Amino acid sequence: MDFDLMINSFPKLLNATIVTLKLLSVSLIIGLFIGLFFAVLRLNKNIFINKFAYGYSYIFRGTPLLVQIFIIYFGLGQIESVRSSFLWVVLKEPYWCAIIAFALNTGAYTSEILRSAFQTIKPGIIEAGKSLGISKKEIFYKIQIPIAIRQSLPAYGNEIILMLKGTSLASTVTLMDLTGVAKYIISTTFKPIEVFIVAGGIYLFITFLIHNLIGFLEKKYNY
Amino acid sequence: MELLAFGDTGWGDELFRATLMTIAVSITAMVIGFVFAAIFTPLKLSKYKFLNFIGNTYTTVIRGVPELLVIYLFFFGGSGAIMFVASIFGYNEYIEINAFVTGSFAIGIISGAYSTEVFRGAIQSIDKGQFEAAKVLGFSKFKQLYKIILPQMLRLAIPNLSNVWQITLKDTSLISVTGLVEIMRQSYIAAGSTRDPLFFYSFAAVLYLLLTFLSMKLINRLEIKYSRGY
Repeated sequence: MDFDLMINSFPKLLNATIVTLKLLSVSLIIGLFIGLFFAVLRLNKNIFINKFAYGYSYIFRGTPLLVQIFIIYFGLGQIESVRSSFLWVVLKEPYWCAIIAFALNTGAYTSEILRSAFQTIKPGIIEAGKSLGISKKEIFYKIQIPIAIRQSLPAYGNEIILMLKGTSLASTVTLMDLTGVAKYIISTTFKPIEVFIVAGGIYLFITFLIHNLIGFLEKKYNY
Repeated sequence: MELLAFGDTGWGDELFRATLMTIAVSITAMVIGFVFAAIFTPLKLSKYKFLNFIGNTYTTVIRGVPELLVIYLFFFGGSGAIMFVASIFGYNEYIEINAFVTGSFAIGIISGAYSTEVFRGAIQSIDKGQFEAAKVLGFSKFKQLYKIILPQMLRLAIPNLSNVWQITLKDTSLISVTGLVEIMRQSYIAAGSTRDPLFFYSFAAVLYLLLTFLSMKLINRLEIKYSRGY
């Protein structure tokens, strides 16, 4: 055991953790909106809209995240019209490519979580809202969404943790996140176990925090 | 389409072999995972606090740390660890383990953590009366497990094991970083030499979708088979 290496690499890895957390939070926020959008589409009675939303979540849940990142980072730049358009400003940055891939991926899982949450809302609650003369829009925003969010908290907590692990793939497109820096230190020092303990410990600590935060929210919004 | 031709002109046969490699790694990893699950599930269900602690540490650490980090640990540390063990037995030459073994072992340990959780859940949801009845009927411990608990557990575990299989199948794409030529690696090579990454990575996505779709069909059949009589 090389304790000096562990102590020396800790600040470097902690710095990289900021990149990981940034990637995680930005893609979760965008992914939440994508997920909500597609969950609403899934509830639509129109078969085409419904199938489209299902296809989206099927494709993004059925393929590895690595493929998705590579298609966006390596693949899209190949199209001439993309390169000459304003999109290129965003797509030439590995940081934004990773975020787009993560957001689309977590959006697919989130849409499934929210859809099942919407479907478990008892129809009586919506009928009660209707008979009180509340408009459809208000029923959706003030009744259905709050209940669905509470229902989906446990599953969404798992999704956040999966996404935290997913951000490690950013290191494959040259980003120096926690895993990227850990790999760099391992390949220069050839001390994989020490670095794994420190980097893995940081990941576990973040997982622990997320787990407790979700537990706290679940208790708070219990009814 | 000519990019996918078989033979020297296209990448069809290479990608086909790569797909077989992905399937082979996934199955090997899943089996290694079952071996780990067979060791750690009893530990998690044990009466002894210390054994519980070992079982919980395994599942918590592996499920809380990114897969890629675990793969790097094995990729860079694997041959070192083997050489250390070999040196105890007096063998001091350099040993290199191939990418297939490292990869399926790394993915196997990850898949084992998920399988452990599935088996634990399945055993815990078997009615307590079943254990008691088996005991009262004078079955030996071994027979209790094989004739009564395992068949019931399998039925409950299959739907969740199919999720584990999907996770394992997708995780194998990560071993491409170690150089093992599976779907992802082969697409990377093909994309590099033809300068057509969009096509090859999209095709890789289609291959993965096909694999997940076909395996779902297969698992559904198993599910029906094991839920006979319910």
